[in-house]
This record gives sequence, C-alpha cells and structure tokens, in this order.
Amino acid sequence: MSNTACVIGAGQAGCELALGLRRSGWGGPIVLIGAEPHAPYQRPPLSKGYLGEKSERSALDLRQAAAYERSGIELLLGCRVDGIDRAEKVLVLSSGEARRYSCLALATGGRPKTLTVADSERVESAGNLFYLRTVDDAERLRARFSPGRRLVIIGGGYIGLEIAATGIAAGLEVTVLEAMPRVLARVTVPQVSSFYEAVHREAGVDIRTAVAIRCFDFRDSGEISAVHCADGTAVPADMVVVGIGLTPNTEIAEAAGLAVDNGIVVDEFARTSDVHIVAAGDCANLPSFDGRRIRLESVQNAIDQARIAAATLAGKPQRYRANPWFWSEQYDLRLQMAGLSAGHDQIVLRGSPARRSFAMFYLKRGQLLACDAVNRTPEFAAAKRWITQGCVVDAAVLADESLPLGAAGG
Amino acid sequence: MMRLIVVDRDGVEHAVESLPSGSLMEALRDLDYGVAAICGGMCSCATCHIYVDSDWMPRVPLQRSDESALISELQHRRETSRLACQIPMHADLEGLRVTLAPDE
Repeated sequence: MSNTACVIGAGQAGCELALGLRRSGWGGPIVLIGAEPHAPYQRPPLSKGYLGEKSERSALDLRQAAAYERSGIELLLGCRVDGIDRAEKVLVLSSGEARRYSCLALATGGRPKTLTVADSERVESAGNLFYLRTVDDAERLRARFSPGRRLVIIGGGYIGLEIAATGIAAGLEVTVLEAMPRVLARVTVPQVSSFYEAVHREAGVDIRTAVAIRCFDFRDSGEISAVHCADGTAVPADMVVVGIGLTPNTEIAEAAGLAVDNGIVVDEFARTSDVHIVAAGDCANLPSFDGRRIRLESVQNAIDQARIAAATLAGKPQRYRANPWFWSEQYDLRLQMAGLSAGHDQIVLRGSPARRSFAMFYLKRGQLLACDAVNRTPEFAAAKRWITQGCVVDAAVLADESLPLGAAGG
Repeated sequence: MMRLIVVDRDGVEHAVESLPSGSLMEALRDLDYGVAAICGGMCSCATCHIYVDSDWMPRVPLQRSDESALISELQHRRETSRLACQIPMHADLEGLRVTLAPDE
C-alpha cells in the first residue's frame, strides 16, 4: 500500500481533509485516525445547545457513517499516534501497530490549557473540575447541570462565556473569574467586552475581572468546594469549569523534527517543513496576509485550510488566502466576526449596544480590516465581502443608520 | 426515506436518498460533491448555497431576514437562491430538485 494517505486527527479539519483528498482525486487508500472513540463531530455546539439540552450525540455527527464508506475512508478511532518515522514513512500507533503512509496530514487540533496552581495534581483529579473540548467532557458536565447548583467558570473567553449563558438558562448560579481586566480581552476591543460583561451581569452572572486564582478548598470526597482568589475572596462551587485557552497538539510533529512555533509551521499551501507532510486546523501556524504568522482556532479555518492541504497532497496546490470569520452564541445574541482587527486605527459603531443590535467596524487608513456584529447579519455579510476585496469604506456612512449600509462600501 | 434530485457543480444530476427530518443542508453535506456547511446550520456562512428548482420555490418556506442578508452578498446569487440549512426536510418535499451553487 505505497499510495496510502494518513490523516492524524479526526476533528473538523481531519474529516474535511480526508474527504477533500478523495474529492481532489486521491486514488489510494485514505486512513483517518482519531484519538477519541467517536466518528468526526461538531465541537461548536458543545458549549451551547448540546450542553443545555439532552440532545442525541448523533446530532453532532459531521457525516453519516455511509459517507466515509462511499468515499473509501477507513476510520481508525480510539487510536493515538505515538510517533512518525519520516525516513521510513511509518506511523507508530498506540496499539503497537505500524502503518505505512505515502503522504501524511496532521490535524491534531489542541487540548485545553490546564491551570497552573499549587497542588495542581489534586485540583486536576477533582471529580467536579471540568474542561470542555470533547463530547465526553460536555456530557459529564451537563449531567451535573441542575437548577440552583453553583458553577464557577475560570476564564472569560468565548468558551467560558458561552458556558455561563448555557448555565444561566439551566438555572445554575454562575460566577466567571477572569484574570485580565476585561472578558474577551484576547479577541476583541474594550467596547465589545463591556457590552458582554453588562449582558452577562444582567442575566445574573457574577463576573469578576482582574482576578487571579490562588488556591482551592476540597471536600472529603476530593471534589473542589471553593475557589480562592488572590484578593482574599472565596467563591463556593459545586463544579468548576476551566476555559483558559488551547494548547496546540504539536508533540508528535516536534518529535519527528518538523518546525514548530506556536503550532506546526506551515506555508500558504499547508505544507510543513517536510513537503510530504501537510498540517491544518487548530494545530497549524500559518502565514497571515499581513506578513505575520498566526494560529487560528476556528471551524472556518479548520475547513478552509483542510481543503487547501488536501489539494496540496493531491498534487493540485492552491494558495490559502484566509479570510477568517468566527461566531459565538450567548443568550439571544448571535455574535459574528469577520477579519482580524489587529492594527486598526479607527473603530466605527453602527447600531445600538443598548438595543442588543450593533456592529463594530475596524478600519486602518479607511480600509476595512474586521467587523464584530451582534445580531447584525447584514453588516457581517457585507463586511466579509469588503474585507476580502480590501475595500476602503466610508466611516460616516457606516456610523449613520439613516443611510443604507451598501452606500458605505464598493 | 425520501428522494431528492441534486444537480452537482458539474451539472450532473443525482437521485439522493434522504431522511424526512433534519435540514436539507444535512442531506447535502453527506454527499461526496456536497456542501461545506461550515457553520453547521446556524445561517452564518452561506456555504450551503443552492438553487431551488423554480417549480419548487412556492413549496419551500420563505426566507428570513438573516438568510436574505447573507444571500444578497453572494456573487453567484439568483432569484432561486436559498441556504439549504434553512429548509427543514419533511415528506412533502419528496422529489425536490435543487442545484448546488458554485463555491464563492
């Protein structure tokens, strides 16, 4: 089997990569290897609908089983890859089995960052400490969701805030502890952070910012009973969720001698430092349009970059021109974000945060770089196109709701 | 099971079996030549863009404002453009004929 393509990682990127390889005309066997025992599924609902409802696991499936069969994709699930022998082109699996490949794709994703606190072993082994990355994580957590229970969330990023909103809907008492002076500090501007803080407080979430975690109290059972903050306050807890970011899974790439720097380093064709190996999704560090390098943790990037990686392996390379976009759902708010706002010199607001319907536009010398839209799909859709086209937009028109949106750009 | 007619991006017509539940996007996502459906059906990405056969247009539910906003920005939009994630599948759509729109 000298023409076997192996894809390590069966998340959204790995799934798309395997199917994309077949679509791009790869004729040989395709093996999709996943560490989790489940066929590829969607992760975004895990902090939203799936956490709040008792919906079926199959509702998360990215494809029905028949789709893999039709495409001749072998799923190796519940299987870890321990090492890559690049010279021999062999993968060593956790089962001890070896698998030959002629080309290889890495879609290894990431894992939740863990807390760095004293007594971390005891904290990590507490039965009521949760991270949220997998469907099993979500099911363990939602089994504990019953009205009146006290949920403490460490980390005020998207995951933390989405879990907070889901927890409130389930009748929990929710506290969010954020280390930075504002929530969403890594991903958006202070105005949007303040908006979300206000929304969550109004919904009943106790949001505390600029809070460092000092230590934990434990029950005899080993479960955490309270979280102590550096300012001396203690927050009683029935369960604790940690959502403080993602560590890319780069260990096997690094051990195989591939270039790794905050992710597996790839070029615009998704090629790693070994041209026979591609990488895509959360684990990959890619060139950004502005000459910098970025790592994107999003479904959009997982799918778009996976398609580029598949085309490269199939010998039909295309350049990846990332036009990143993201979304988040909290309460009745749909946040849609397009572009990357880094480097903006002007912010324009259209609409009204008080009415929970607005868009923030980020401009650099008049050119639109990014947009955060809350319950504003028209603005999001237009911004996505303007960003792709590199449009210079009319800030005065954007800011004035009495003028049609279309008049602001090309 | 019910049957759909799907015309792929190369103009080839396929008879496709589908469950009479979920959304049309889910049925199309499963096809080898199917739709990307990046956002998973929350009407955010427009990557499940299709054209509904004009005979069928009166029989699919009307667009909501989010869907029309997304469609209005698509390069390949037509009068019969829809996002498949916004069309729930049910037995009345037996024989529905749709064409996959080109990737944007």
